[in-house]
Amino acid sequence: MSLVEISYFAAAVLFILGLKQMASPVTARRGIVWAGVGMVLATVITFVHPQVHGNYLLMLLAIGIGGGIAWKTGKEVAMTDMPQMIALYNGMGGGAAAAIAAVELIKQEPMSDSVQMLAIFGALIGSIAFSGSLIAFAKLQGIKQLRGAIRFKNQQRINAGLFVVTAWMALGIATSGTDYGMFTLFLFFALALAFGVMMTLPIGGADMPVVISLYNAFTGLAVGFEGFVLENPAMMIAGIVVGSAGTLLTQLMAKAMNRPITNVLFSNFGETTGEAQEVTGAMKAVEAPDAAIMMAFAEKVIIIPGYGMAVAQAQHKVWELVKLLQDRGVTVKFAIHPVAGRMPGHMNVLLAEAGVPYDIIYDLDEINEEFNTADVALVIGANDVVNPVARTDPNSPIYGMPILNADHAKNVIVVKRGQGAGFSGVENHLFFADNCRMLYGDGQAVASELIANIKEI
Amino acid sequence: MDGFIAVYIFMLAAFTGYEVISKVPVILHTPLMSGSNFVHGIVLVGAMVALGQAQGFMEQLVGFIAVVLGAGNAVGGYVVTERMLEMFKSSKGGK
Repeated sequence: MSLVEISYFAAAVLFILGLKQMASPVTARRGIVWAGVGMVLATVITFVHPQVHGNYLLMLLAIGIGGGIAWKTGKEVAMTDMPQMIALYNGMGGGAAAAIAAVELIKQEPMSDSVQMLAIFGALIGSIAFSGSLIAFAKLQGIKQLRGAIRFKNQQRINAGLFVVTAWMALGIATSGTDYGMFTLFLFFALALAFGVMMTLPIGGADMPVVISLYNAFTGLAVGFEGFVLENPAMMIAGIVVGSAGTLLTQLMAKAMNRPITNVLFSNFGETTGEAQEVTGAMKAVEAPDAAIMMAFAEKVIIIPGYGMAVAQAQHKVWELVKLLQDRGVTVKFAIHPVAGRMPGHMNVLLAEAGVPYDIIYDLDEINEEFNTADVALVIGANDVVNPVARTDPNSPIYGMPILNADHAKNVIVVKRGQGAGFSGVENHLFFADNCRMLYGDGQAVASELIANIKEI
Repeated sequence: MDGFIAVYIFMLAAFTGYEVISKVPVILHTPLMSGSNFVHGIVLVGAMVALGQAQGFMEQLVGFIAVVLGAGNAVGGYVVTERMLEMFKSSKGGK
């Protein structure tokens, strides 16, 4: 047993323990540090790997460039932009796995059939994860030409055809020993990358988290497969563990959004069959002083933050407001919908950034019963996730999505900039309900007003 | 490596990944996705091995790209995950 082997083994153990600890908020921080130690150990020891014969300077230069850029961008990215950065780093991993396969295949040295199959299959999914993640990044970054779902006639047929051709080429290369030509190899990579782009284009921004998570699992698998090719146990284990964990995480997210994976990938959101239910009643406005009084004299307030709150950078003000209410003896809880923010758990990160402790933050299953006993539900920057039509109107595109029962609270205050519909474009019936008042304005400004008014009481 | 041992490794690693994640609360989905994204940054090691044996311009170029991308995955994944998890605090103080 060599030092290299022992180090890879230790790295694999540290990765698994680290991931395990990341599954609880108490130990999560320690978890990423452990995994980080494993990564440094594995990277450093690879310089003395018996199969590494040269190119040390190139190696250091490449690590410096890739690591340096990632370090700088990772430190500077705003918390609201986190999902697309994760997509970007994930895409890089997929690209790296595909490039490893490319190096091995360019050599045209004989490999066993099964190894060659794994190499080419890893190259395929790694390439898809790479180009697909770049498109996902571009979409979430808000690059105009790519934002939203891009669809055209016969798209699914064209994509299916492209996939069949790519997979057929992969099989051809995998089973031809060393007889494949360089042109065929390059064409294969070009097609695989193109398929990643084509597969991601028709998917809209709201579904992007599920897709990013799926590509995360893809990259894990690709890394694992290339690990088998290189006979590198650390890559095998870490890659496959992430592949399966990522698959499960993708399922959990899709379930939280009530969108089966196949729907996300292959169907069109918002295709409804019938007429939407008519809205009755009118929106009723409320002014900040009145809203402040309602909350200040409440026993229990539940706050439902949405992505709009984060866009308005209102989370710090909201936390200040919560502390004021707590000082007055009001019980305040945060209710987070699984898809609040840009991906499941994203809102928790944004609240944590403002200093909100995680033990007053509850998810949908934990808090939905409590709305019956809440005096005020404050909806700030959220819309679709509190829309009761998801329960009542089978014709609505969001029908069946689990929602927060804000309408069950005695009073509902909705902080909103204007009267428009939500991300899905569906009219929100909650806003027209008898117990609902609209507090118009920018999230941050409104929160400041509420704070000032409560202080005066 | 004996082919069938590889199949065992595949199976056991797949079950491990599934078990490790199965009871994670929703509040940690984003950091956990980011954390698992960091873990497959181990691809950097494979990229270094590929570059370390690369001969000729083409192999070196592709190997170089592999290491740049792998390092980006590992470093970027770590930095953003750590930044997110550092912020999670309980109201009882401490982390």
